[in-house]
Amino acid sequence: MKEEHIFSMLVDNQPGVLSRIVGLFSGRGFNIESLNVAVTCEPNISRITIMTKANKPIVEQIEKQLNKLVNVIKIRDLTGPDSVKREMALICVNARPENKAEILRIVDIFRCKVVDVGTEHYTIEVTGDEGKMKAILSLLKHFGVKKIARTGIIALFREPK
Amino acid sequence: MELTGAQILMKVLKEEGVDTIFGYPGGAVIDLYDELDRTDIRHILVRHEQGAVHAADGYARASGKVGVCLVTSGPGATNAVTGIASAYMDSIPMVVFTGQVPSHLIGNDAFQEVDIVGITRPCVKHNYLVQRTEDFARIIKEAFYIANSGRPGPVLIDMPKDMVARKIEYKPTTEVKLKAYNPTYNPNKRQLQRVIKLIEGAKRPLIFAGGGVSLSKASSELTEFARKAQIPVTASLMGLGVFPASDPLWLGMLGMHGTYRANMCTGECDLLIGIGVRFDDRVTGKTDSFASQADIVHIDIDPTSIRKNIPVSVPVVGDCKISLQKLNSMMDGQLDLSGVAENRKEWFDHIVSWKSTRPLDYEQTDVIKPQFVVEKLYELTKGEAIVTTEVGQNQMWSAQFYHFEKPGHFITSGGLGCMGFGLPAAIGAQVACPDMLVVDVAGDGSIQMNSQEFATAVQHRLPVKVVILNNGYLGMVRQWQELFYDKCYASTNMEHAPDFVKLAEAYGAVGLRAAKPEEVEDVLREGLFSPHTVIMDFVVEREESVYPMVPAGAPITDMLLV
Repeated sequence: MKEEHIFSMLVDNQPGVLSRIVGLFSGRGFNIESLNVAVTCEPNISRITIMTKANKPIVEQIEKQLNKLVNVIKIRDLTGPDSVKREMALICVNARPENKAEILRIVDIFRCKVVDVGTEHYTIEVTGDEGKMKAILSLLKHFGVKKIARTGIIALFREPK
Repeated sequence: MELTGAQILMKVLKEEGVDTIFGYPGGAVIDLYDELDRTDIRHILVRHEQGAVHAADGYARASGKVGVCLVTSGPGATNAVTGIASAYMDSIPMVVFTGQVPSHLIGNDAFQEVDIVGITRPCVKHNYLVQRTEDFARIIKEAFYIANSGRPGPVLIDMPKDMVARKIEYKPTTEVKLKAYNPTYNPNKRQLQRVIKLIEGAKRPLIFAGGGVSLSKASSELTEFARKAQIPVTASLMGLGVFPASDPLWLGMLGMHGTYRANMCTGECDLLIGIGVRFDDRVTGKTDSFASQADIVHIDIDPTSIRKNIPVSVPVVGDCKISLQKLNSMMDGQLDLSGVAENRKEWFDHIVSWKSTRPLDYEQTDVIKPQFVVEKLYELTKGEAIVTTEVGQNQMWSAQFYHFEKPGHFITSGGLGCMGFGLPAAIGAQVACPDMLVVDVAGDGSIQMNSQEFATAVQHRLPVKVVILNNGYLGMVRQWQELFYDKCYASTNMEHAPDFVKLAEAYGAVGLRAAKPEEVEDVLREGLFSPHTVIMDFVVEREESVYPMVPAGAPITDMLLV
């Protein structure tokens, strides 16, 4: 059965490293659901978070293959409750005058922010886990989503209390 | 000390013990060739860059050292790709240096520019683009270390022309420090204990050895292990020679064209110990029914090999040599082996009966059978030659009828199955072992893929011998067409080949031909013991096929037999 898995890895911040990782996925027929890359506090190290969907033996292969890359310093499977997961999205939604109040109410309930306003649209910034993304999207869909940009999941292991 | 990039390269190559480079010059590497000419490193000028990489591959396998090639940018680099992919599939330690356009032109579609780092990313163990001359020495050191440690493989270094020409204050690099690269050599002891337990309980055990045993130089440990535990041994194509073929425990090769008994053994065994193998599809056949009655132990230095193709009961990540040494000493202390032979009697009886009912066989008629040529070659060389092959029927007959006693004697493109491999690989092997007899067993199709390398062999006075099994067909594809495509021999007829005797003479080599069975031995005798590069053209039975054969995707025990 295919399951979602989140791999977080520290990699050398060098040209071509992302390409090695993405190439590994495409070359071996693995699947990328979402991907996020940014530099860490150390300028020569980046963190990459990849969400993938695969069955168990393939998940094992993905982790091992990633580990084998010379530029991958450390990799961790962050699936499950021991990690904090967040995603951010910018959602540009149609906002006709008669819907504005309703949209703002949803924004309020979901603790989002309106970051851009026009006569016919709101752009909303949402942060949360996957469930929250799905929930707010299903509500906003009715008004007509003009554009959406998502960061993909980022995650960190929960430190011991 | 101020040095140019080119001088740094030569310096570090010397430190790494490199004495031979296979290559082909071009605009982007002129500086390097200029510098190379001033060293005592031997340069073997090939006639095509693919030949350079295959030659370095053959050199690496015959010598146990890292193979080194140097080619120019653009087409030089792309021509090398096939060779690199072959070395990658077979885990051959190699460092490939490619020229690159000057850094300020990279990305401009400059003359002879190609993104070779991008192109080779999926078929190298690692690769580098030199962006500062200051990093060059460190990169070369890392490349040699990565290529030759863990599971070996090719590493490519792309060198922009300005980086090589630039002069910098050179500081020697001593140690290689790679924070994220750390191969596991030492196996987990608990896992080895489980292996011992399984050996103890097994009634029908089987060892399946592969190229990893050869790469970790664990042949004698394997032999000791098999003899001590009284376990019969089969091997993949890449593993031929890691266990002596004259040993009564030897079953022959496993796989699509493996021996009847080796294939049957995997179907019947209750314990399969895979050592330095990767359970490639040509070996497993249909994976669901592969060794379906057995507990499978898999010893390999590369964790990704384990559970990639088949489920494994006991994974052991570690170097083959160290793992086998530990298993051998654990057996000494823990296993009572006195009753083993008795315990396995039924199993061995079974194996013997399989051998006698279905030996590897062919019938010699009044036309030369290709198997007969290989068999005669084996007899005349007493099994001591280094045999390289091309790919296809010639390769399978060599694997079946030349019985290898030692590792490093069978050099073939196993994983990639790369036609045109054998001749340049033979050249590389001959460079590594000047006193050995090196024979390339070829087909008339595949020899034409890199026949330009005859000039290389003659120029460098390398007395390689090429045995062409000439059937006027792309024989292996023809065989598939015969068996699975209603004998529609679409585009496999190759009757329009050059006269190989004349071709040999045109290159300044010796050309010989045998067209009748009674001529085979004389031609081989004359050719093999000549001090020159020799091409022997054997006109063989046109439609001979390789048997046994397991159709692709069928269980490995479902063999088509003669």
